[in-house]
Amino acid sequence: MMAASRDGYGEGLLDISSDQNVVVLEADLGKSTKSLHFRKSFPERTVSCGIGEQNMMLIAAGLASCGYKPFASTFAIFTERAFEQVRNGIARPNLAVHICGSHGGSHTGTDGSSAQSIEDLAIYRSLPNMTVMHPCDDVSASVLTQQCLDLSGPSYMRTARNKTPVIHADRVAELKIGKGVLLKHGSDVVLIACGVLVSKSLEAAAELEEVGISASVIDMHTIKPLDTNLIDEIIAETGCVVTAEDHSIIGGLGGAVAEHLSSSNPVPLERVGVKDRFGESAQAEEMLDLLNINTADIIEAAKRAIERKNRS
Amino acid sequence: MVTEPSRTAQLEDIARHCRAHILRMTHRAAAGHPGGSLSEIDILTALYHQRLRVKSDEPDWPDRDRFILSKGHASPGMYAILAEKGFISHSDLESYRVLGGVCQGHVDMKWTPGVDFSAGSLGMGLSFGIGCSIAARLDDSERTTWVMLGDGELQEGSVWEAVMAARHHELGNLKVIVDLNGIQNDDFVDVQMRMFDVPAKWSGFGWAVKEIDGHDMEQILDGIEWADSITDIPAVIIAHTIKGKGVSFMENNPAFHGAAPSDEQLMQGLAELGFDGGDI
Repeated sequence: MMAASRDGYGEGLLDISSDQNVVVLEADLGKSTKSLHFRKSFPERTVSCGIGEQNMMLIAAGLASCGYKPFASTFAIFTERAFEQVRNGIARPNLAVHICGSHGGSHTGTDGSSAQSIEDLAIYRSLPNMTVMHPCDDVSASVLTQQCLDLSGPSYMRTARNKTPVIHADRVAELKIGKGVLLKHGSDVVLIACGVLVSKSLEAAAELEEVGISASVIDMHTIKPLDTNLIDEIIAETGCVVTAEDHSIIGGLGGAVAEHLSSSNPVPLERVGVKDRFGESAQAEEMLDLLNINTADIIEAAKRAIERKNRS
Repeated sequence: MVTEPSRTAQLEDIARHCRAHILRMTHRAAAGHPGGSLSEIDILTALYHQRLRVKSDEPDWPDRDRFILSKGHASPGMYAILAEKGFISHSDLESYRVLGGVCQGHVDMKWTPGVDFSAGSLGMGLSFGIGCSIAARLDDSERTTWVMLGDGELQEGSVWEAVMAARHHELGNLKVIVDLNGIQNDDFVDVQMRMFDVPAKWSGFGWAVKEIDGHDMEQILDGIEWADSITDIPAVIIAHTIKGKGVSFMENNPAFHGAAPSDEQLMQGLAELGFDGGDI
């Protein structure tokens, strides 16, 4: 079954709508981010901010300061326009504003490079107090959205525009902010992925199996705080790592894992991600191929990681 | 509004004491922003001592009126008022810009009781105030939100996103005061970026607008009462003020936007305000 993680955000908002303190903020993209379903049912708790993301972030902060639980969404790229508002007005006073950036990554496709945020996870990860998430499917996007109510500080969640395989339909109970999900257990290499590259990593693991390579696969839906316990546990067995993300190799999941390994157990790490360049207009699959972040690239990275492990 | 002359005089005297605090704080820290603190202080005095429903013994009282100092660099003025109102102690004023101090360089809700907004970056307070106003509406509360902006701050484009949104959402519980002192960091506003007819800009966005002399206590009190009488749309008071008001060498002098007085200047300033060095 295929679904888009942005739909999970919309469903998650409806699932927590009985909490009267939940308010939703939109910047003229509710149809796209899927907050429109909440707006239709609860217009009195939905704040239209027009095309004004900077204003939206701080209205959300003001609401949070008065005890409300604001969820503000726009495209991932346009949240970045309001970065300093998020930094100074939300993260610094540690106000529990929950930001959803949809249409993140090159996978968003034909809109082209202006819409393809490949740096959002990195910049939000650098902010104190922020939780940063990138779920891989609609099920986990919905569950993580609901769990935002348990956070005492702000969060950023990237969702994707296009449909990808549903991974977690039978794993809802395992989903928890800050906890990676071990989707497949293998002993030669671990593929740690987020977002749209989780299903690609599962594909890669299956193909690796056919050539005798046993790969673990982790859905690391929460980039910050990083589930280092799970990473440590799995690399004790695999001894090498591949990270996979539709995001710059600088500062995102790969960066976070590299930071952890370099100060704990520096096993070989291969990062599959966007190599310091911008995208262009193309279909989602074409973008993953163009940027060398598709299944075949994960397979090659796994082989390189194992080779480096065996050399050392 | 007919205010007892004695009450007006009382408020003016509180403001005089606050001006002395501002000089002492910036002098002690050898840094800070005295000019904009002195331009805003008469208005802050009237708001805090005559209008705002706040409780110094319960600074987080959920149903308090909110005051957002968007021009958060003018924090000495805010701290002076909070000390006079009893939110913080007078000795806390000595912690201005000091490591671990209650009084951070820019007002910060995480550090100072009675501060509702963490400022420091211009152009943010009105948007935050809109959030507070929408919250009051959702709570079905009569509380109001007051936001003070500087005039240089109006050059931030996001301010106008907020001005548009406040009117769109018909926030009759939102009141703004613009401290129109005509000077910003580097120079006079008219040198840095002319804004022409500021009241017309706000009225063009659909706000109720009133101009006052921001140092005339009677006009300030009248302005506040006028703003309270507007309950269906947001209201803005454009307060014509003088940067550095009350200290001759600071008045209308861009040098004192962000510079502290020297020892001699402190003594002169205090003397002009009717204090001697040890008489606060």
